[in-house]
Formats: sequence, C-alpha cells, structure tokens
Amino acid sequence: MKESNEELVGLLEKMLVIREFETTVQKHFAEGEIPGFVHLYLGEEAVGVGACSALGEEDFITSTHRGHGHLLARGGDIKKMMAEIFGKATGYNKGKGGSMHIADVNLGILGANGIVGAGLPIAAGSGVSAQILGKESVTVCFFGDGASNRGTFHEAINMASVWNLPVVFVCENNMYGISMPQYRADGRKGQNIKDVSDRAVAYGISGVTVDGNDVMAVREAVVEAVKKARADGGPSLVECKTYRHRGHFEGDPTVYRSDEELEQWKKKDPIDRFVKVLKDQEMLDDEGYKELRDKVRGQIDEALQFAQDSPEPDVSEVTTDVYYGGAE
Amino acid sequence: MKKLSYAEALRVAMEEEMSRDSSVFVMGEDVGVFGGCFGVTGDLVEKFGEDRVRDTPITETAIIGSAVGAAMTGSRPVAEIMFAGFLGVPMDEIFNQAAKMCYMTGGQAHVPMVLRVPNGAGIGAAAQHSERTEAWFTHIPGLKVVYPSNAADAKGLLKSAIRDEDPVMFFEHKILYNHVGDVPEEDDYLVPLGKGEIKREGSDITIVATGIEVSHSLEAAEKLAEEGIDVEVIDPRTLVPLDIDMIMKSVEKTGKLLIASEEVKRGSFASEIAAEVAEEGLFYLEQPIKRVCAPDAPVPFSSVLEQAYLPDAEKIADAVREMF
Repeated sequence: MKESNEELVGLLEKMLVIREFETTVQKHFAEGEIPGFVHLYLGEEAVGVGACSALGEEDFITSTHRGHGHLLARGGDIKKMMAEIFGKATGYNKGKGGSMHIADVNLGILGANGIVGAGLPIAAGSGVSAQILGKESVTVCFFGDGASNRGTFHEAINMASVWNLPVVFVCENNMYGISMPQYRADGRKGQNIKDVSDRAVAYGISGVTVDGNDVMAVREAVVEAVKKARADGGPSLVECKTYRHRGHFEGDPTVYRSDEELEQWKKKDPIDRFVKVLKDQEMLDDEGYKELRDKVRGQIDEALQFAQDSPEPDVSEVTTDVYYGGAE
Repeated sequence: MKKLSYAEALRVAMEEEMSRDSSVFVMGEDVGVFGGCFGVTGDLVEKFGEDRVRDTPITETAIIGSAVGAAMTGSRPVAEIMFAGFLGVPMDEIFNQAAKMCYMTGGQAHVPMVLRVPNGAGIGAAAQHSERTEAWFTHIPGLKVVYPSNAADAKGLLKSAIRDEDPVMFFEHKILYNHVGDVPEEDDYLVPLGKGEIKREGSDITIVATGIEVSHSLEAAEKLAEEGIDVEVIDPRTLVPLDIDMIMKSVEKTGKLLIASEEVKRGSFASEIAAEVAEEGLFYLEQPIKRVCAPDAPVPFSSVLEQAYLPDAEKIADAVREMF
C-alpha cells in the first residue's frame, strides 16, 4: 500500500491532536477543573491512530477506559469531547458519561468502557450484526494486556473464531495492568507468555505482534487484518507493544516501574519517531511541523475554552436517558 | 384463538417476529438442532437457518455481551440463558453494559435485546437450577423485566419485548411451559409492557402475583370463594415498568393486600410492591400487608423439602384466612 503525503501527515496530525488533548486534560485535571478520574493515552498514540486509519465510515470500534485517543483517532469532535470530560451539558454524553464512557455512536463507537475487557464480547456482537444484516462492516476491538487475562477475552475471541466474525482484536500491550507487569522473567506478572498474540493459536485465528510505537507498523498489520475480515476470512489478533507515559490514572505514583524504564520508552516516542520518518522522506520540514503543531494547539485551546464556557447539565437530566427516547 | 402451550406460544412469538423483521435473531446454548433445553426454540432453526438461530458454545458472557453489541449495531437479538441460576456468569454484561449503555452515552446508544430466562422451582433441579432472580434485575435502572403467567401473555409480551427499544429481561417459569391456553392467532397480537391484568375480580382482598403464582392464587381464590371470601387477583405481567395504578386502585377497593411470590422473601419484588403500597396507599389498608414467599434459603433438592419450600395454593389460602 502506498499512502499519499497528505495521508501520512494526516496520521501525524491525529497523533499530535491526541498528545495535545491529553496534555491539556492532564493539566486541567491537576488544577481540579475535571471531576472523577482520567486515564491518559499519552505514549500510545500510534496504536489508536494506526488502527483507526485502516477503517472506513461503515466500520465500528469498541473502546476502553483509556479511550480518549480512540475517539480522537476516529475523528471525534474535540469540543464535545473536552466538554464531556469537564462534565458539561454540551459534551458528547451530556455530561452523563465522562472520561471513561466518552463516545460518538454516529462514528461507530460502541462505547468506551469502565470495565476492563467488556468491549470484547460487544465487538463480537457487532460482528454478528454484520452477518445478520448482510453488511461488510468490520469492528476493531481495542483492549489492553490486562484485559487479555479476563474471561471475556477468551469467550469473545472463541465465539468470533467459531462464527468467523469480522472483528480485529487489537491488544494495546502497554506492559502493565495498573501495577501488574504483563510479563517479566522473574517476579510477579500477569501472564507467563511474552506475547499476548501467542494466545491466538488457542482459538484457531492468526495473531501477530507489532511495534505499537510505530504508527505505520500498526497500520499495516490492521489494514491486513481488516482486509481479511472483510473478505470473510474471520477475526485476527494484533498485539501492539507500547507504553503509557503517565500512570494508570492521573495521580498514580507509578512506584511499580523505574524512571529509567520510562526514559527508555520515551526515546521510542511514537510521535518523535514518525516526525523523523516524515522528515527523512522529505514529506515534512521544520516549518511545516511547527505549523501543524500550532494548528493543533489552536484547536485544543478552542475546545478547552468551549468546555470551560459551557453550561453545567440541568438537574432534570438525572433521570432522562435511562430508557431510550429515540434518535435526536 | 388457538390452543397452545406456554412454550409453543413463545416459539410462535419468535417465529412471527423473525418473519416480520429480518434483523431479529435467536442465540443461546442448544437452541438450534436440539430445540432448546426446554424445547422452546423447537424447529426455528429449520425455518430460519443456523445464521439466525445460533447455537453458541457454553459461553454465557459472550452470549450476553455479543447480544449487547449486536443490538447496538442494528440487530434485535433474542438470547437465551438456559437457567436463571446461570445469570451470575454474564452479570457484568447485563448490569453494566446492556442496562447502562443508553444512559452512559447520554441517550446516543440503545440496546434493543431480549434475554429469555427459564426459572423457578418444582422439578427437583436443586439450588443452582431453580431460583427466582427477577428482583435483582428490577433493581437495575435501564432494564425492563417481564414475567408472563399464561400462554397468551407469553406470546403477546414476548412480541412486545422483541419490538421494544430497551433491554428486556424475560422470565419464563419452567412449570408453566406445558400449561395450555387460548392464544390469539393474529400476528399483531401484542401485550404492552407496563399494563397489568385483573385475573379475577373480587371485593374482599387483593392478591398480587406473577408467573406461576397467578395459577396458585386463582386456585386459592376459588377455594376461598366457597368460604365466603371474595378475592381479587392481579397479575402485573411486567415488573418494570410496573402497573402500580392497577394495584393501588384494587387495594383502595378491598383494603387488604397479599403478595404471593416464589422468590426468597428478603429483598424480593414482593417487598417492593409492599413498599410502594405502604408509601402511597397506607390509608387504604385495614390491616398489615402480607407476603407469601419462599423462605430465606436456597432451593432444596428433595421433593419433600422442595414442596415445603414453595408457596402453593394451600399456603396462599391459609395466609388469606389469617387476614379474616
């Protein structure tokens, strides 16, 4: 596959949007402007952007508690997102969902989810719908290494396999389930295999592991898996090795990992790496990069202002939307 | 009208809705060639094929989770969980996913799915295959909870549930599957969710009952009539939404309320009805409300113990006599 310059710079722009968005959320959460808690996607931008770039409008994704990046990668409205995270009436979910449930259903996002691993069976069901309704849509299911130890992982992938469902299971292996390492040679660990993708063979599907900090590697693997799924070739498991720059949630003191480890991963920062690739291929120069960053910064500032200026939800909303009231 | 069993009426409802709407499909353990553990899905697979009558592995979590995903993307799944005792397995998919999705997304998403669940005791199936769990689900905002007591309602309520835009927990009593009744043949025969039925008019006492307790209560009412006690029996048919107005009007008329339920008494839906009436209709009451429920114990295996455990017509009649 040969991407145009615009497409490649577009991938960088999406990663920059996530980086700036999350950095802004981090700052304003620390200042006490945002209720609840937030799980930031900083450092993992290449996974969401690479995977979503493989999808069309008719496709679906399921997201996670660390879901801001998925929605931004899918083209979510930055203003509505920021407003939702601030709990405002103008947010995507009218301030009823917040960071962990932020979603745009019209963009094919079947919820962000506060329950680790809950998206896998939902993604399988979206695959069932494609078969029932005779549609060619494919569903990408994002989940973490922690979720790969839940029963939902086993049950959903098994079901997807036996029913040949058009689902791509994308594991964002950021090395830790809160404080529990996914794998290490000695000591406590979540599982005794280095690669989550090894589990694919148990369900009779293909599984690959890619560098999750390389947006093009993620994109290529997911494009391949989506193509296969759309051609009735069934589900795949794509594991993307990455790392979260921040703790599990904001306020996590990260005592379970070393500063050296974080620094090593920051040297593999997905944005820095992709900028270098684009510059090496003369698709981007310093001035172009600065312009891009300024443009993104402007969008985020505008979204922040929108969120801060937006009204709080009316208290009458407490009991609306418990049952469906019809499309708006 | 046609004579059908409760199980046949349920199958007819699914067949009619599947014929009417190609987005409706059935899934569950052994619902295909096996015809369902209690024979409810029967020959549906022959009529609609394996794509729309899906045999699943033993995978309750994926059955309900995938029903949620299918419902969110334009299909109308009718999923079966073989026994109510298995509902603990996919509980997250029911209470965190199906029930909350609409609210959490601010009304963007909705989950038009039906979860059919055989439940109830009386066949010596012991503690994990006999329990009544409907009260758990009435406590979860976002779910609707339905419990037909006869074949005609089984058809009309299941069709309404399939057409509903929200997730519906549809409980079926195993003993009722073979009960035969007159069932309207029209394929637009719908019983609306939230509308109760006065099964027997009376002036001396109100009995509220669902599922199999409706039959027990009607039997008790006939005995009591011979003794000069005129019983009104109300079947709410759906617990959520609940036709509380019908119950309240009846209590206003009779001044006495007994609620019959095979549920464990503590935390039962019978308790909820009692609380509603105590809160809004206390001054209609001539004496305290009575609940006839199962004891606070798991369902026992031995037939002797199981019969001692279950409310029946005799126990209901005895409880009524104590109120006169």
